[in-house]
Amino acid sequence: MLKKEGEIRIPSGCAISGIINRSGQCSINGSEIVKSISYMHDRSNGLGGGFAGYGIYPEYADQYAFHVFYDDMSAREETERYLDRTFEMVNLSRIPTRKHPRIKNEPQIWRYFVNPIFTVLQEDQDEIDEKKFIVETVFYINTYIKGAYIFSSGKNMGVFKAVGFPEDVGEFYRLEEYDGYSWTAHGRYPTNTPGWWGGAHPFALLDYSIVHNGEISSYDANRRFIEMFDYKCTLQTDTEVITYIIDYLNRKQGLNFEDIAKIIAAPFWEEIERLPEAEAKRIKLFRNTFASLLITGPFSIILGFDGGLMALNDRLKLRSMVVGEKDNIVYLASEECAIRGICPDIENVWAPQGGEPIIIRVGK
Amino acid sequence: MKRVYVNEEWCLGCHLCEIQCAFANSGEADMVKAFNNSEQKPLARITVEDGENDIHFAVSCRHCETPYCVKGCITGALTVNENGIVQIDDTRCVGCRTCILMCPYGCLTVGHNKTLLKCELCVENLGGEPSCVRRCPNNAIVFEDRDGGLL
Amino acid sequence: MAINFIHPEFEIIREEKRCIKCRACERQCANEVHSYDQEFDCMESDESKCVDCQRCVSLCPTRALKIRKTDNRYRENANWQQQAMEEIFRQADTGGVLLSSMGTPKDYPNYWDKILINASQVTNPPIDPLREPMETKVFLGKKLNKLEFDENGELLSEIPPQIELEMPIMFSAMSYGSISENAHKSLARAATELGTCYNTGEGGLNQDLYKYGANTIVQVASGRFGVHKDYLNAGAAIEIKMGQGAKPGIGGHLPGRKILEKVSRTRMIPVGVDAISPAPHHDIYSIEDLRQLIFSLKEATNYEKPVIVKIAAVHNVAAIASGIARSGADIIAIDGFRGGTGAAPTRIRDNVGIPIELALAAVDQRLRDEKIRNDVSIVIGGSIRSSADVVKAIALGADAVYIGTAALLALGCHLCRTCHTGKCNWGIATQREDLVKRLNPDIGAKRLANLVSAWNHEIMEMMGGMGINSIEALKGNRLMLRGIGMSAKELEIFGISHAGE
Repeated sequence: MLKKEGEIRIPSGCAISGIINRSGQCSINGSEIVKSISYMHDRSNGLGGGFAGYGIYPEYADQYAFHVFYDDMSAREETERYLDRTFEMVNLSRIPTRKHPRIKNEPQIWRYFVNPIFTVLQEDQDEIDEKKFIVETVFYINTYIKGAYIFSSGKNMGVFKAVGFPEDVGEFYRLEEYDGYSWTAHGRYPTNTPGWWGGAHPFALLDYSIVHNGEISSYDANRRFIEMFDYKCTLQTDTEVITYIIDYLNRKQGLNFEDIAKIIAAPFWEEIERLPEAEAKRIKLFRNTFASLLITGPFSIILGFDGGLMALNDRLKLRSMVVGEKDNIVYLASEECAIRGICPDIENVWAPQGGEPIIIRVGK
Repeated sequence: MKRVYVNEEWCLGCHLCEIQCAFANSGEADMVKAFNNSEQKPLARITVEDGENDIHFAVSCRHCETPYCVKGCITGALTVNENGIVQIDDTRCVGCRTCILMCPYGCLTVGHNKTLLKCELCVENLGGEPSCVRRCPNNAIVFEDRDGGLL
Repeated sequence: MAINFIHPEFEIIREEKRCIKCRACERQCANEVHSYDQEFDCMESDESKCVDCQRCVSLCPTRALKIRKTDNRYRENANWQQQAMEEIFRQADTGGVLLSSMGTPKDYPNYWDKILINASQVTNPPIDPLREPMETKVFLGKKLNKLEFDENGELLSEIPPQIELEMPIMFSAMSYGSISENAHKSLARAATELGTCYNTGEGGLNQDLYKYGANTIVQVASGRFGVHKDYLNAGAAIEIKMGQGAKPGIGGHLPGRKILEKVSRTRMIPVGVDAISPAPHHDIYSIEDLRQLIFSLKEATNYEKPVIVKIAAVHNVAAIASGIARSGADIIAIDGFRGGTGAAPTRIRDNVGIPIELALAAVDQRLRDEKIRNDVSIVIGGSIRSSADVVKAIALGADAVYIGTAALLALGCHLCRTCHTGKCNWGIATQREDLVKRLNPDIGAKRLANLVSAWNHEIMEMMGGMGINSIEALKGNRLMLRGIGMSAKELEIFGISHAGE
C-alpha cells in the first residue's frame, strides 16, 4: 500500500504565485489568484493545490480561525470536545464549497473562530503565551486525534487546499467570495503520493503560511535541529519544516524577515568576507548560531505573514521566481506568465537573485 | 646556477643515491642488468660518507665557480661548459689524477678505465634533474639555485 | 634455552636474480633482519625479527623483495586458531600481558561499510563543486541558544569560544614521545596549511612548535605531562583526555627508554624515567569533578578557549556524553574501539568498547532528545578511513572527525603494529635519532596536506551529489543515509532506513 504523507517523505516540484496590495486594502478578490496559478497548469499534476488569503475574515479579525479536515464524525466530535475545554467558540461552520467534477473524496471541512481561555492562575502567574498555546493545541490535535487535521490557525487569514489542480481547488472553495490584501497559491507536482488533502500546500501555522517550490537537500538536518525546540515534523515535507524554522526564528528568536533570509539562505563565506566588518560580524554570528537552519537545495518560497509577504530563493537560485509591480500591487510567481495573465500591463518585472529576499509589508 | 646540495639532517645513509647515480650513468635501461649482468659493477659519482653518531653526507662535485680541478688538468679534459657545469672529456683524460689532488672536497674518483669519474648533474644521461636528487627517499639531496645566498 | 614454539610470522622473499646487493635493506632495517654475507656475496635475512613494516620493500631499488605471511600452519582447528595458540605460547614464555599497537585488527562489523550515501536525481539538481561554491568550514564549540540585541537592533551577542576549521577533519591526539618530533612537526605544519588542527596528545608541546599554536589542540591527560599555563594558552583549544578508544579504562605507559632529553624537557619529567598515565584522572572520580577541571582550565585561559572532553566509546556513552555536555564542556570527542594507540594491552584493545558509528548515532540522538545538542560539538575518531567515512559521520551527526591512523599512513606507517617496540623504521613511532630523521617534515607535511585536501575534494563531490552546498546542511542529515545488510535494531540505533525503503 502506498504510504501517506508523513509516513514517508515525498519529493515534489511545484508552481507558486502571490499577490499583495501594498496599501493594505482588501481589494484583491480570490478569483485573481486562482486565475494567476491556472496559467501554470503544467507545473502541477493534479495531486495538490491550495491558497492562503490574508485579510479575508474582517468580521472575525480578533479570533483565531481554525480550518480543520475530518476523516469522520468521531474525529470531529473528539476535536470539538477538546477545543471546548480551552476555547470560546465564537463561530463554527462547514467551510462553504461547491460540488466540483474533478475534486473528489473530500473530507469534512470545518472552520472555527475561537478565543483561547486562560485560567485565573495562568493569568496571575503571567504565564500566558497565547501563540505558544495555539501551537501546542494544533500539534496536539494533529498528532493525537486520529482523523483530525488543523491546516490553518491564524487570525484574519485562512488556508484552502485540496487534492486536485489549483484552479479546480479555487472553484471548489468558492474563493471568489473572499477579498483579501494578499494571497498566495500553490500547485503541486509530487513524484509519488496517494494524494492526501492535508499534504497539499500552503502549509500554515499561526499567521505564517508557506508555499514552496523545490526539494531541499538539507531537510533532515533542519528537521532534527528544529525538533529540539518542540516542533514535530509529522508531514515530512519541506514546507512544514520551513514554516517551523520561520516560526522559530521570527516568533521565538524575535528576528525580522530580513535577518531570517540571511540565516536560511545565508551568504557564502566568501561573500561574507567582502562585506563591511559590522555586517560580516552579524552574518557570521547568524551562520554560527543557526548553522543547522541553513536550507540548501532548490527552493523558492512565498511566505505569508500578518501584514506582508516574503519571497525567497535558495542561494544558488536553483528555482525560478519573478516579481512584478503595478501601482500598489506586487505580483510574485514561478513564471512570468502567471503575472502577465492577470496584469497584462505589468511594470517592472525582474528575477530576484538567489538568497535575496523580497519583502513587501502593507502600509498601516 | 642550480647545484646539488645535501642536507645532512635528512641524509639517512641508505646509499641509494650511489646506486641511482651508478645506474643512471651505466647506459643500461634496467638496473638489475646494470649491476648483475656486466662484468664490472657500474660506479657512482656520488659517495655517502658515514660518520659517527649517525651522520651521513653524500658528496659529489660542487661545480665550483673557480674549479681547481679544471685549473690543474694537464690535458684540458676538464672544462666548464656554458651552463657552469664542470665536465670531463674522457677521451682526453690520461688518468694523471692531478684533479683528485686539487679538489678540496674530495668529490672526484676514477672509473674502471682509470679515467676521471665525476658528477655532471646527469646532463649527459637522463637529462633534467639529477638522478640522486630525484630518487633520494628523504629529500636530503636537493637541486637548487642558491647563488646570491650563502653557497 | 627452551624451545621457541612460535614459527616466524613472515617470510622474506628475495628474488636473487633481481637483488643487486646494494644493502639498502640492511641499512634501513632497525630490526636487523637483513645482512650481507661476504663469503657468498649475497644478502641473508633473519625472518624471526621481521615485523612486516615494508620499509625494505619500499626502498629496494630493484623491487627484489617481498614479505608474505608464512604458510607454516599448526593443525587446523576452527576453535583454536593459530593466533590464539601463539598468544598462549607467548604468554607461557614470558608470563606477561600481551601488548599491541594501533587499532584492533579483528574482524568486527564495520558499520561505515554498511551505510550508503544518497545523490540527487531529477527532482533536485546535483551541484558541481568546480562551478559553484561548496563550503566545508565548521565551527566547533558551544553555540548560542538565543541572540541578544540592543534597542537599535544591533547585536549584543558574541560568538562563544570556538575552533574555526576550513574542513571537518582534524588530526587526533598523538603525544610527543609516542611519536617523533618530526611526526609532530609534519602534523603541525600540515594543520596550519590546511586550516585545521592537530593535537599534542598528552606529552606536552615541544617549544619549537608553539608557533603553530593557532592550529594546535593541547591535551591534558591523567599524567598531566607538560601542562603549565603557557602550554594551556598556546593552543586553539584544550582537550581533557578521559579515555582512548583503543584502551578504554586503561592509562598509558611510555617506557623510560623513549624519554630522551627533549621529550623529558617537554613532558617535564626526568630523562629515562617511565611516564605513567594513570587510568583515571586522580582528581576526577565523578562528573562533578570533571566540571571542576573544565572550569579550572577555563579560568587558567581567561575563558577564551573551548574545552574538549575526550572519551572512549563505551556501552553507556550516550549518558556519559550527556553528563559531559552539562558539565561546561564545549566539545565532546568520542574515540571508537577501532582507534589506534602506541601501545595497549591486546585483550583490552580487541575486546573493550564499542564501534564509533554506533556511539555517534546514540550520542547525537540523545543530545537532541535532551535538547542540548547545541551546547556541544561532537568530534569522533577511531578508524575514519576515507572521505566517505567522514561524510557518513557528519550525516549521522558529527561536527568533525579526528584522523590518527590515516594520518600516520600518509606519513609512511604500514600498520605493522609494533609501535611499542620503539623501532619504527618509518621514523614515526620512535625516539631513536637515526630513525626519527627518516621522516623529513617537508615530505610529511606535504603528504598530510595532500591527503586531507584530497579528502576534502571528495567530500565536496559527495555533498554536491546530494545537492548540498554547505557542510552544516549535511550535519545530522540522516535522510541522506541508508543501511545495507543491517538488522532492524541496528537501523533503529542509526536512525536510518534500509536501502530500498
